[in-house]
Amino acid sequence: MKKKHIRTLSGMSLKDTLKTGGCGECQTSCQSACKTSCTVGNQACER
Amino acid sequence: MLDKTCVHAFQQGGHNLVVDGNSGAVHVVDDQALALIRAVCASESVQNLNDLAPYLELNAQSGLGEEILALAEAGLLFSSDLTEAPPRPETVVKALCLNVAHDCNLRCDYCFASTGDFKGARELMSFEVAKAAVDFLLTNSKHRRQLEIDFFGGEPLMNWDVVRRTVEYAKAEGEKLGKVFRFTITTNGLGLTPEIDDFINEHMYNVVLSIDGRKEVNDKVRRTAASRGSVYEIVIPKFQRLVQSRGEKSYYVRGTFTAHNLDFSQDVAHLHDLGFTQISMEPVVADPEADYSLQAEHLPRILEEYERLAELYLERQGAGEGFNFFHFNVELLKGPCLYKRLSGCGAGYEYVAVAPSGEIYPCHQFVGEPEWVLGTVWKGLEAMGISDSFKDSHVLTKPACRSCWAKYFCSGGCDRHNMQSSGSREVPDELACEMEKKRLECSFYIQAALA
Repeated sequence: MKKKHIRTLSGMSLKDTLKTGGCGECQTSCQSACKTSCTVGNQACER
Repeated sequence: MLDKTCVHAFQQGGHNLVVDGNSGAVHVVDDQALALIRAVCASESVQNLNDLAPYLELNAQSGLGEEILALAEAGLLFSSDLTEAPPRPETVVKALCLNVAHDCNLRCDYCFASTGDFKGARELMSFEVAKAAVDFLLTNSKHRRQLEIDFFGGEPLMNWDVVRRTVEYAKAEGEKLGKVFRFTITTNGLGLTPEIDDFINEHMYNVVLSIDGRKEVNDKVRRTAASRGSVYEIVIPKFQRLVQSRGEKSYYVRGTFTAHNLDFSQDVAHLHDLGFTQISMEPVVADPEADYSLQAEHLPRILEEYERLAELYLERQGAGEGFNFFHFNVELLKGPCLYKRLSGCGAGYEYVAVAPSGEIYPCHQFVGEPEWVLGTVWKGLEAMGISDSFKDSHVLTKPACRSCWAKYFCSGGCDRHNMQSSGSREVPDELACEMEKKRLECSFYIQAALA
């Protein structure tokens, strides 16, 4: 189906990551440039 | 089942964006799609997929109906949330915040650490304690190969010899066990020398350089302990030298904005003009009585300023001289998995802070508060009830977060900040929430604009 009205910027649904995720390799998010705002959403998957 | 509660549609910079909070999906939509999605969200009669039929039929000819249905069936629009947290994979301690100095050579107004002493004695961590902290991390990390240590404080450069020896010890011990370390150091820059720069560049994965922006803004709240000289004038050349010699390695200049500089996009611009391209700017967390604290009345101005910052970001990107702004980094294709988004920062069980005394706390925000001691670097974690309370706290246990579209990006905010603001870790600070949502909107808008 050619999409004309909606462009999705993101990837798979977060629920689908329950099958593939959970490795624990990611950085704890309060490090680096945070220390106040708990920025999990500003991180990337490390795999 | 069709869930509209976490669908958020907004417009920015001429783009229409829709966030499906339960799936984490972000869509750029045209006006027709925006109108349809808003109508569905506003309709009380639409409760499941079948109820969409009239809307889809009306929009069949244009193809929009088919697109909407495909997204809904794929679980990327009007998707339902988890009803409970999934069983958590085993977690291990994987990162430490080492408070190598409970002292500082600055006396910043807003310091969360009571200008470095965490309301106790000014002291430095001994190498014996640091060594024991490394051993604690190696033992309690079990199978995990990559470990992290943040050198923090206070001002870690006041205890540079211990920092250096701890890095060397950790690397050597890690190698014996097949583990590798990523080190980060946060510094106010006063103590930087070319020799220290070289060590940082060789061994530190990341370095966080504290500076608030323009000279008058920075120096208004950041002062030397002797109240002499301009902190800005002392540290900017040092930061520039370090960054220049760092090459491609990670760093951030990290500022704090307060009620004194609600035009903080100008401070970001200023830092960029000084040659720094990796920039972070955090809102101050402060006692509401402080004149620099952010209040509800400042919010409209702050939200406008984030939008102004997004335009500045795009303008400079477009001119080929862009900068990276930490809070605008949202990885939409390869972001953290749902387990991570539910675990949040990991404080209290994956990430803990160590004080010079060797006591372990859930994170730097709790250091110095006896009721939050989790254990010691010699005996390990003992107060498992406290540790578990962090593990068990996430967006699904926070009522206001469950119905918020930003929940899986924000992860329920900083529990410490929540406690300080509302008295409960389960109730986030409203001002912090509004700022986080605006930052996310700006991030998505930027991605739409650059796509």
